[in-house]
Amino acid sequence: MDTSFTPEELAFRDEVRTFLSESYDAELQARLASGDPKVYKQAVIDWQKRLHEKGWIAPNWPVEYGGTGWDATRQFIYDSERAAAGVRDVVPFGLKMVGPVIYTFGTQEQKDRFLPSILASDEWWCQGYSEPGSGSDLASLKTRAVLDGDEYVVTGAKIWTTYAQFADWIFCLVRTSNEGKKQQGISFLLIDMKSPGIKVNPIVSIDNHHSLNEVEFNEVRVPVANRIGEQDKGWTYAKALLAHERTSIAGVADTKRNLAQVRDFAKREVNAGKSLLAEPGFQARMSDIEIELMALEFTELRVLAAVASGGAPGAESSLLKIKGTELQQAVQSLAMEVAAYYQGVLPNDLSAEELGHDFGSKARQSFMYGRAATVYGGSNEIQKNIIAKAVLGL
Amino acid sequence: MNFDFTEEQVMLRDSVARFIQDDYSFDTRQGIAASETGMSAELWRTFAELGWLSVPFAEEHGGFGGSAVDVMVVMEQLGKGLVLEPYLATVLLFGGLLQKGGSAELQANYIPKIIDGSCLGAFAYLERQSRFELADVATTATAQDGGYRLNGEKVVVFNGANADHLIVSARSSGEQSDEHGISLFLLPADAAGIEKKTYRLMDGQLVANLVLKDVKVAATDLVGELDQGLALIEAVVVEANMALAAEALGIMEQLNAKTLEYTKTRKQFNVAIGSFQALQHRMVDTFMAYEQTKSLLYRAVCALTDEKEDAATAVHALKVMLDRAGKLVYGEAIQLHGGMGLTDELDIGHFAKRLMMINTTFGNGDYHQAKFNALRYS
Repeated sequence: MDTSFTPEELAFRDEVRTFLSESYDAELQARLASGDPKVYKQAVIDWQKRLHEKGWIAPNWPVEYGGTGWDATRQFIYDSERAAAGVRDVVPFGLKMVGPVIYTFGTQEQKDRFLPSILASDEWWCQGYSEPGSGSDLASLKTRAVLDGDEYVVTGAKIWTTYAQFADWIFCLVRTSNEGKKQQGISFLLIDMKSPGIKVNPIVSIDNHHSLNEVEFNEVRVPVANRIGEQDKGWTYAKALLAHERTSIAGVADTKRNLAQVRDFAKREVNAGKSLLAEPGFQARMSDIEIELMALEFTELRVLAAVASGGAPGAESSLLKIKGTELQQAVQSLAMEVAAYYQGVLPNDLSAEELGHDFGSKARQSFMYGRAATVYGGSNEIQKNIIAKAVLGL
Repeated sequence: MNFDFTEEQVMLRDSVARFIQDDYSFDTRQGIAASETGMSAELWRTFAELGWLSVPFAEEHGGFGGSAVDVMVVMEQLGKGLVLEPYLATVLLFGGLLQKGGSAELQANYIPKIIDGSCLGAFAYLERQSRFELADVATTATAQDGGYRLNGEKVVVFNGANADHLIVSARSSGEQSDEHGISLFLLPADAAGIEKKTYRLMDGQLVANLVLKDVKVAATDLVGELDQGLALIEAVVVEANMALAAEALGIMEQLNAKTLEYTKTRKQFNVAIGSFQALQHRMVDTFMAYEQTKSLLYRAVCALTDEKEDAATAVHALKVMLDRAGKLVYGEAIQLHGGMGLTDELDIGHFAKRLMMINTTFGNGDYHQAKFNALRYS
């Protein structure tokens, strides 16, 4: 057992630091912070293209498909440095979700068609899993795809679709059969968002922001060639993807960074002439979180190491998801406490200078949207069911 | 001993409850929140006509002469409706300071106008650096020409956007955090030298930051004794905390009821999700949190009404409980509503946001826990 870095790994860490500080520049950050969705979208794409040029866009992909070939340690170093520098993670839908499904289960034609544009961020993906009636019980989904010649005709609705308004493609779970168990009649389709019959309805969330959508499908025609793997076997592919998704949702490195930021805010904030950070009550609240986070960082390393030596993330990813999202919310909640009255500030009315406060609005937005983390990617209640069943044998 | 409401209190409660049910739907409320003034002048007149604005004031000024229990009864119902109209700011803070500390002349001039709905007030107490410390006042009051000149900044002034009159805390002597040396002044909101910037908070209320530059006030517009303002502020804030807790209790009741209803109707895995024991136990926890908060609210109200010595302790305890219970209740309400709980369209998030703002107003749970600890263990 050894968790110290080798000289080569330390050199790699320095290279990551240098690259991030040079490439994630102020101009890009300003565009990413823009309230204008078009500016924001283009800034995200520009940043991902810079990562792609560097060859670091897909740390988790195999080298043959354009991945970095990094071992678990290098992946950990990269992610820690990325988060510590306040650099956003890549949009997951293409790079962390459908990409791995395509290179694992797709045909050669599908790999050639889709993987390069995912790596280059030339096409934006979104995820069509949840439906209005199918949340935690995902396998009960009803959007149906009926075979008609060499096309499927898809009708139904998907919901909570993040950034569907930006997307060129959506990967969908659809029902192709009502025979047998509900998991058995599901197929995995890649659908062009420009297809006739698709309608995107915006959903404003409790952070007063539009990132979520409902996507309606009205007799949308999808070539059979856009099906991943076999018909009615989509659940198998989706499950593999969900484990990857859960592992990446944990967000330990980002939570560490966010906690450090709350610490800085608390140090600045004064109550009765004393720094808030010096208050024993606040310290206890902060260290409760930090101690859990220290543990989770090593839990994540243990999972990464197991995956790197050939395993697939299994039920451990549920543990990472539960603890990771709980800690995200704990840090967001603490930031709200530090912001006190300013936790209620909305972004539109006054500038930080006019208001005399610079983090309340951001804290509010993170906290409010952060409530989604214990719901999406399979709610934490479902994750507990998975651990109870798969790990404890209950 | 009994925990019953009087016949009058029941009538008061039912009158507010009926109004919320008939005239203050969630859609109506959202429409008011989105309007330019963030409140309804018409409904405020209705509040006046129904007598609600008179509840805490003495009968000699045309008030109802109500107790803390009467205020609690009103606030709990206003909480259920997520009412935006400035009852706290105008009646309990601005009016409360006048009732407890105003000269006979100020009381006679303003209290009847509060009661008939023609005066909207605000209490400007908070400053950028003061956080939860009421004694941390940097705004200055300098004696000049037989009156005072005010200079400084006040932030997050509730109802600051709509108030026609303000009571402002300012330092007339001593150092920035001294308990002695704080004075309160009543002035028109459009007095020369006041610059106002308004903005909305997440709970829909329209607030203001004020810059005061050489604002003149007459000596007769001093509320309470010179330099003795802190005790008056504290006396009003203790009651305001109790009133806010009552509003929060109404919100918690709504969140629990709506969540319970949702889990009975939302089906996954072919059954109502409320049939899962893991979720049932969590709803039992939120139910118990509500009941415990209600008990501490009653305890605080009784201590206040009987002017018991431990009233301050009871209110600190109440704010701590409210903070913890509130977080549990709104957290579970959002989580158990799943994706729906995350939408702006549903009322759940809006109840949560109001509860969050209540929790931070006049000190969050940590702040009151430290105060409680200091009273009990040192």
